[in-house]
Amino acid sequence: MLQLEGVGKTYPNNVHALAGVSFTVAPGEIVAIVGGSGCGKSTMLRAISGLDTASRGRVMLDGVAVTAPHERIGIVFQEPRLLPWLTVAGNIGFGLEHLPKAERDTRVAKALERVGLAEKAGVWPRELSGGQAQRVAIARALVPRPEVLLLDEPFSALDAFTRADLQEHLLDLWADSRPTLILVTHDVEEAVVLADRIFVMQPRPGRLFEEIVTGLPRPRDRQSSRFDNAKKQVLAALDRSMARPLRDDENKAPEGAALWW
Amino acid sequence: MSFVPMSAALGTSAADPVKRRSALPRYVTPLIGLIIPVTAAIVWEFAVRWGWSDGRLVPPPSVIYATFAELAATGELQRHALATVARVAAGFGVGVAAGTVLGALTGYSVTLFRLLDPTFQALRAIPSIAWVPLFILWLGIFEASKITLIAVGVFFPVYLGVMGAVMSVDRKVVEVGRAFRLSGFQMVRRILLPAVLPAYVIALRSGLGLGWMFVVAAEFMGASEGLGFLLVDGQQLGKPAQIVAAIVAFAVIGKLTDWLIVGLAAPFLRWEDRFGRGAER
Repeated sequence: MLQLEGVGKTYPNNVHALAGVSFTVAPGEIVAIVGGSGCGKSTMLRAISGLDTASRGRVMLDGVAVTAPHERIGIVFQEPRLLPWLTVAGNIGFGLEHLPKAERDTRVAKALERVGLAEKAGVWPRELSGGQAQRVAIARALVPRPEVLLLDEPFSALDAFTRADLQEHLLDLWADSRPTLILVTHDVEEAVVLADRIFVMQPRPGRLFEEIVTGLPRPRDRQSSRFDNAKKQVLAALDRSMARPLRDDENKAPEGAALWW
Repeated sequence: MSFVPMSAALGTSAADPVKRRSALPRYVTPLIGLIIPVTAAIVWEFAVRWGWSDGRLVPPPSVIYATFAELAATGELQRHALATVARVAAGFGVGVAAGTVLGALTGYSVTLFRLLDPTFQALRAIPSIAWVPLFILWLGIFEASKITLIAVGVFFPVYLGVMGAVMSVDRKVVEVGRAFRLSGFQMVRRILLPAVLPAYVIALRSGLGLGWMFVVAAEFMGASEGLGFLLVDGQQLGKPAQIVAAIVAFAVIGKLTDWLIVGLAAPFLRWEDRFGRGAER
């Protein structure tokens, strides 16, 4: 079980990125985090991953505080971040260095098969398309069998078809071992397709604004009216999260300023 | 349930397009580079034979070849070439070792960069030949001063190249290493070293080029053997063919050593995705 207890982050330049955030995610649950820019989504994900440490509060995995990258927490970034000097198979096996070669090879081969890239095993990353590269990145994160997989806007750089393709693919992979998924996204549809619970966050400083439980059955039909309703519900929450009174002195361009240049 | 994504099902072909850039067979392509020098040599040979020039100051290829053969037959050429290669090897070894270690340290640590780099940059601004009188005073006129001069010449390009390469390693790739909990040593071996290798090979090649340049300077300052000695000797005794033969020897050995570096590194750099891939080999 993953627990956040009042996790906050203030950067050295005094930017208050995240105010105390607390929530609990059960094993195997899929949580999506959405919110406007600057709401601390990525900051929070990086705190959970242990790549950055929280300035306040703590992240607990099964009762143990996470302060550095943890072997049971995997992460997929917005870019595939494959190592260009390793083949596809080498990249997928990157986190398995401690295993005997035979076991590593079978696990890599199985993962390659699973992400539909078996024939690409010996290929360099430069020869992959964006979607294929991201599939390799997901396989690389899943192959050490993490308990929690963090995804930081993993599909945002892909075209709409590839994105839908990979969303289904991710769910399929998730069903194999059912790790906890925590997904940061800008894409409301993506959140509704994937998540059991959707956290809407509010910016400046970043904090939780609303929690939406979609309760949609899987597999989810993107065309159904229930799906549409869930999307509208999230969009409405997002609107509310960003609505704030515009003070007189703030954000108003002086007259004609936009035309001046 | 087995899920086959669309792109995989369509079977996108990822064959290397670069290899098809040239329609000529593999072994013909390098020969293109020989057209101009070979033509020039033939033209000059016949210009001398037909009496258009006496070829005294610029000997024709046949005379150069004869000089070459003569030097080789007496073992002189091998002795001089070996002496020069040994100096370059020693100076290159020292220069590369120092440049690699110090470049890696200044590239890795901001503190060491602030502490050391200004000094190195100031030293780099000194034309290295200017050190010659000092090195001779300090180290004598024999091997030590020569090897030191070569090492200084090799050091700076290697230092700069390694420092720049370490500094520009993508932070995002380092983060992948962190996410997989690599220790400091593993981070160097599995992320930093492979990431800087392409730039390191270039640094070694420019260092080697300067090594060959400085060995001549070192041998000019007084040597009893070496290809540089052959040059000086040919000038003093008025033997232009010997000078050209020594120059040709420099060109051949210099190119061979460069090929050696490129060839040794090539198996580790096949992954590179870069513009110039088709032009080489």
